[in-house]
Amino acid sequence: MTILANPELWASTLSMAVPLALPAIGGTFSERTGVVNIAMEGIMLIGAFFGVAFSYWTGNAWIGLLMALIIGGLVSAAFAWGAIRVSADQVVLGMAVNIFAAGLTAFLLDTVFGFSGTPTTTPKLPNVKSIPGIDQIPFVGKIFENQSILVYIMILLVILSHWFLFHTRLGLRMRSVGEHPLAADTVGVNVWRLRYTGVIIGGLLSALGGAYLSIGVLNSFSVNMTNGRGYIALAAMIFGKWTPFGSFGAALLFGFSTALGIALQGQGISSNILQMIPYALTILALAGLVGRSNPPAADGIPYEPKR
Amino acid sequence: MKAFRIILSPILASLLAIIIGGILVSAMGYNPFVVYGSLVSGAFGSVINIGNTITASIPLILCGLGIAIAFQSGLFNIGADGQYWVGSAAAVWVGYHFTTLPGWLHIILCIIVGMVVGALWGGIIPGLTKAFVGSHEVITTMMMSYIGILLARYLIEGGPMQQKGYNPQSPPIAQNTQLPYFSQVLQQSQLSLVAVAITILAAVATWFLLYKTTTGYQLRTVGLSHRAAKYAGIKVKLFIVLALCLSGLFAGLAGSVQMLGVDHRLLDGFSSEYGYTAIVVALLARNNPFGVLLAGLFFGALTTGGQNMQIVSQVPAALTDVLTGLIIFFVACERIIPQIIQWYRRRRSLRSGALTS
Repeated sequence: MTILANPELWASTLSMAVPLALPAIGGTFSERTGVVNIAMEGIMLIGAFFGVAFSYWTGNAWIGLLMALIIGGLVSAAFAWGAIRVSADQVVLGMAVNIFAAGLTAFLLDTVFGFSGTPTTTPKLPNVKSIPGIDQIPFVGKIFENQSILVYIMILLVILSHWFLFHTRLGLRMRSVGEHPLAADTVGVNVWRLRYTGVIIGGLLSALGGAYLSIGVLNSFSVNMTNGRGYIALAAMIFGKWTPFGSFGAALLFGFSTALGIALQGQGISSNILQMIPYALTILALAGLVGRSNPPAADGIPYEPKR
Repeated sequence: MKAFRIILSPILASLLAIIIGGILVSAMGYNPFVVYGSLVSGAFGSVINIGNTITASIPLILCGLGIAIAFQSGLFNIGADGQYWVGSAAAVWVGYHFTTLPGWLHIILCIIVGMVVGALWGGIIPGLTKAFVGSHEVITTMMMSYIGILLARYLIEGGPMQQKGYNPQSPPIAQNTQLPYFSQVLQQSQLSLVAVAITILAAVATWFLLYKTTTGYQLRTVGLSHRAAKYAGIKVKLFIVLALCLSGLFAGLAGSVQMLGVDHRLLDGFSSEYGYTAIVVALLARNNPFGVLLAGLFFGALTTGGQNMQIVSQVPAALTDVLTGLIIFFVACERIIPQIIQWYRRRRSLRSGALTS
């Protein structure tokens, strides 16, 4: 139990939750508008790679972050085009994006930077040493000490996303498009445009999550660096019942089980077993043991306007 | 039009991907003809290379057959990788126990246990939760896949199957359970004719099951429409579980055959991604069992060719993943082809209409 009293464990939980929460919230936007987004894993990789690449080329991590968002947004726009305009199978298309992104980033890493990987001199995004006020609180202060600035951006995004989806007119329209596109279309809501918006917001947040890995915590890229986090984020989104706060909570839970796994290493419990926890929790959640979670009614179903 | 779509669209998709890949390698300063040349010669350039290609394609074909069965039943088994690894672990475990059995019996036992474990892993939890609570099988099979891979890793990293010593690996399976190679050339490419026979047999069995038996008919009916199947008196829930079990069974078979024929022990190489590539194989084959054979060979060729390409022309083998991703993307978007034709016809008829008036 002493391990739970260590603020480092909680700081690392928060840090581990970022690359899950950001794409999970992005996925919430995408699926609330009715597009199943398995492509998050691939778009995270794209964000991670181009974030670090442009950070190195320009010497400015913020430009790296911007380029990660732009290129991640473009790839998710291609995915959106296939899923929305062509009505292709969304899961298959998502798999295509993931395999393509894994190949492209590995290919570019080798051809552009060579086998030694990205240079160690690449700038990374700043950490926030401490926030006046919070750093005075005894235990909590330690948790928020010296975290990446993206941690704070994430917390802001969680709140903003909830407000946007559930308290604005545009948010309501986006949700209506995922529940009953025909009804939305009938009252004059542009289904396709809102779906594009949802998927691209999803792509931007996924790319942000990927960039957090490569220029937020580290300043380098390695092959398949996201290591399935996009898929876990998908699980976190379902676990969180397609809501921003829920996704964030699930991401914290998954982050905690990962952080605990690392903290318990060398204490007799295999890290392989501990790593199973998030996946097992997801199955339990899906089996209805923590309350039913229903996806948006039109999730995964292409919509074809009758014209 | 139907035949056109079935045969031509994967070919067109592959061509388009190859062209885009060619542009990509040229942009990086390579000669695309040299690059693709080394890819092709790596896959088919010599008897050993052809052997390597077939060896690489066997687990893809076997996993792909299982995924095709799931697809035909309207289910998406995305977790073949985990089923493959638990099946492999089970087969290896049997392979170094029970050493008193005669070789052929031991081989059969390994394969059956691997298949059963794969079937249970893929079928029970995802199948039952899909059938009774409606949880999406894409997520459950994927989660079970991660758990399966971690379980297999645990078994040889401090778990009960670790061989004494420093390396995370299991003991080797008994000598007489290793599938025979029969000749020097085959041994060099680790190509076992028994494995080839099993693969072809599996494809024929899948075809027979799906198209010549009542069960297969019922599976496909469930895949076409749950409601129609229910009206026809088919126990939909049972067939959902059965389809996912069958899907896992083939992934388990793939693992067993790979362990007995190639690896001979469980090694820490848990990023084979056979399960993911096999999805592409099934897609490209349009879930036709014999198409799976061809598509599996194609991706086996991409794998071995890619390795050769990396050695000969220094282009990273990851280029083949770029091609794979693009191929699936275009196959998934195949609907644009008829749309373009329609658009072209409409435009032409408009123009001819304008001329005559």
